[in-house]
Amino acid sequence: MRRIRYREALREALREEMQRDPRVFVIGEDVGRYGGAYAVTQGLLQEFGPKRIIDAPMSEAIIVGAALGAAVVGGRPVAEIMYIDFATLAMDQIVNQAAKLHGMFGGQLKAPLVIRTQQGTGRGAGPQHSQSLEAWFAHVPGLKVVMPATPYDAKGLLKSAIRDDNPVMFIEHKGLYALEGEVPEDEYTVPIGVADVKRPGNNVTLIAYSNMVHTALAAAQELSQIGISAEVVDVRTLAPLDMDTLIASVTKTRRAVVIHEASVFGGFGAEIAASLQERLFDILAAPVRRLGGLHVPLPAHSQLEKQVVPGVTQVVQVVKEMIGAEVAVRSTSA
Amino acid sequence: MEDRDTLVNLYYTMVLIRRTEEKILELLLQGKLASSMCHVSIGQEAVATGVCSAMQPQDYLTSTHRGHGHIIARGGDLRRIIAELLGRETGYCKGRGGSMHLVDVQLGHLGSNGIVGGHIGIATGAALWSSLQNDGRVTVAFFGEGAMTEGIFHEAANMAALWRLPIVFVCENNQYAMSLPWTHATAEHSFARKGEAYGMPGIEVDGQDVLAVRQVALQAIERARRGEGPTLIGAQTYRFLGHSRGDPSPYRDKEEEARQRARDPIRLYQEHLFREGIMTQADVDALEAKVAEVIADAVRFAEESPPATLDSVLEDVFA
Ligand SMILES: Cc1ncc(C[n+]2csc(CCOP(=O)(O)OP(=O)(O)O)c2C)c(N)n1
Repeated sequence: MRRIRYREALREALREEMQRDPRVFVIGEDVGRYGGAYAVTQGLLQEFGPKRIIDAPMSEAIIVGAALGAAVVGGRPVAEIMYIDFATLAMDQIVNQAAKLHGMFGGQLKAPLVIRTQQGTGRGAGPQHSQSLEAWFAHVPGLKVVMPATPYDAKGLLKSAIRDDNPVMFIEHKGLYALEGEVPEDEYTVPIGVADVKRPGNNVTLIAYSNMVHTALAAAQELSQIGISAEVVDVRTLAPLDMDTLIASVTKTRRAVVIHEASVFGGFGAEIAASLQERLFDILAAPVRRLGGLHVPLPAHSQLEKQVVPGVTQVVQVVKEMIGAEVAVRSTSA
Repeated sequence: MEDRDTLVNLYYTMVLIRRTEEKILELLLQGKLASSMCHVSIGQEAVATGVCSAMQPQDYLTSTHRGHGHIIARGGDLRRIIAELLGRETGYCKGRGGSMHLVDVQLGHLGSNGIVGGHIGIATGAALWSSLQNDGRVTVAFFGEGAMTEGIFHEAANMAALWRLPIVFVCENNQYAMSLPWTHATAEHSFARKGEAYGMPGIEVDGQDVLAVRQVALQAIERARRGEGPTLIGAQTYRFLGHSRGDPSPYRDKEEEARQRARDPIRLYQEHLFREGIMTQADVDALEAKVAEVIADAVRFAEESPPATLDSVLEDVFA
């Protein structure tokens, strides 16, 4: 199958949805002339013109606000917030307005709005440009939160997000834009709210999303060399969360590690770990473990930044601890 | 008429900023910077220089993602600046902040910021405290014209004018916010009228003319110190290079670039100094040699300094 980059997959999704539905438009900072800070919208201005690829002033609150208002009266906007860190400037519009309109007004209004943004480390961009804030948004009722890890999922999920009648936070990762992967040329979508088993296994489930899926896959590969079979489940959508797939996997493996780049403290991993333990306490062979970033403002220093977020070594280590501890218990009780 | 030392110092500062940033770009290309996030202000040196020359030692300033010039013009320690960019413990933020987060509290420099406009709130708050304490300090908020379309700017300008806070809003209008031309960012381009809408004077100045910038800044700062409230300065300048590394600015007209680069603030001022007989070519050469030495010393210091450590990052989460 043809291989394209994550950013190209996103661009294709935008292009196809814009061709398919004249109500779809893009609004954001530097999305037109510049082609997007991470080059996702490159070329779209030339193709669709300035009424559908709108270069907005640097005004995050009104970019989301205007997209929201247009969505309420018939548009299908895709607003781009260059870094998730800047979504904080639009928090009222996202949290108090977009997320609330449908429920608050008795289901009369809809906000079919996508907020595309990117987050995470990898560029030494520092504490105000590298945060992982997904848990905040997942915590708000009325928002869907999507975090694709591969070009295939990025394209399929973005198409679904654009067709969805709810506000969707579509969170990309700055470290993934150049990642290549298989993407069919034929039309497809990936449903929102469905997790994906990226690698089957039996001894432990590595639960991850976004860039950490790749860390989990690399760890699974390494673990396979020492006889441990790890299943990797890509959550893909944090809200709504597909607990069924997670439960099915962990029921089989009886062990789970949740991995994300955001700091562990108050992170989304806590939600997954708690839900698993509530439902599977009796069959778990070990407590669910969480792996995530350190609870510090991210250093702009690239070398330090690497030490703040989890890597393959830590995942392998945690799995060894879980399985090793159990083996030790078993041998003393024997 | 300004005394010779002041005039020569202005020139020295502008050259120091320019050569330092050229050095920073060189270090960036050599892969020596700890982070690739780096925005230079080449072409805009007269604004930082002119404004900072009008400040008193007790005054405050806040700065932007394009802030090397502000901290250098404020008298920041070049060794600690370069050490910061190289990710060393001896840097201004112990090597973890990099180019976008320079700060020197001792000098009243309250920090550069990665969030465009974010620091304008801090500047306004510093001025509020000065006003409440009646401490005679003035705060200067530097920002690009892009920041003027952020909500925080409007809220800050309104409050500062309402309460006559001792603050000067210095807009470095380099005409582009990344790719967005100023003409596509706002419908009202007159700083006079923009200021008027908030209830403060708005003054436009040629940002490539260091003496003109200095004059306007002196007046605005004195006005603020007298308790008469804020001023909005619109310094018209130009970003000679791309927004950041790897931005060849394809969205800019090449003729416009050439026309603007011809108005190099350092060259314009040098011509003035020669014309007035204040400096000679020999003086300039000697000054350049001194600047080169200061920069070489800073780089040496930085390179010999210990690298930043994670331990220190972990220690500094809470005060
Ligand atoms: C709130 C926020 N929005 C967007 C950005 C991304 N960004 C960084 S600099 C910049 C342009 C800033 O333009 P201006 O304020 O005029 O300053 P200049 O870069 O021209 O010096 C943009 C869009 C940001 N850092 N913060």
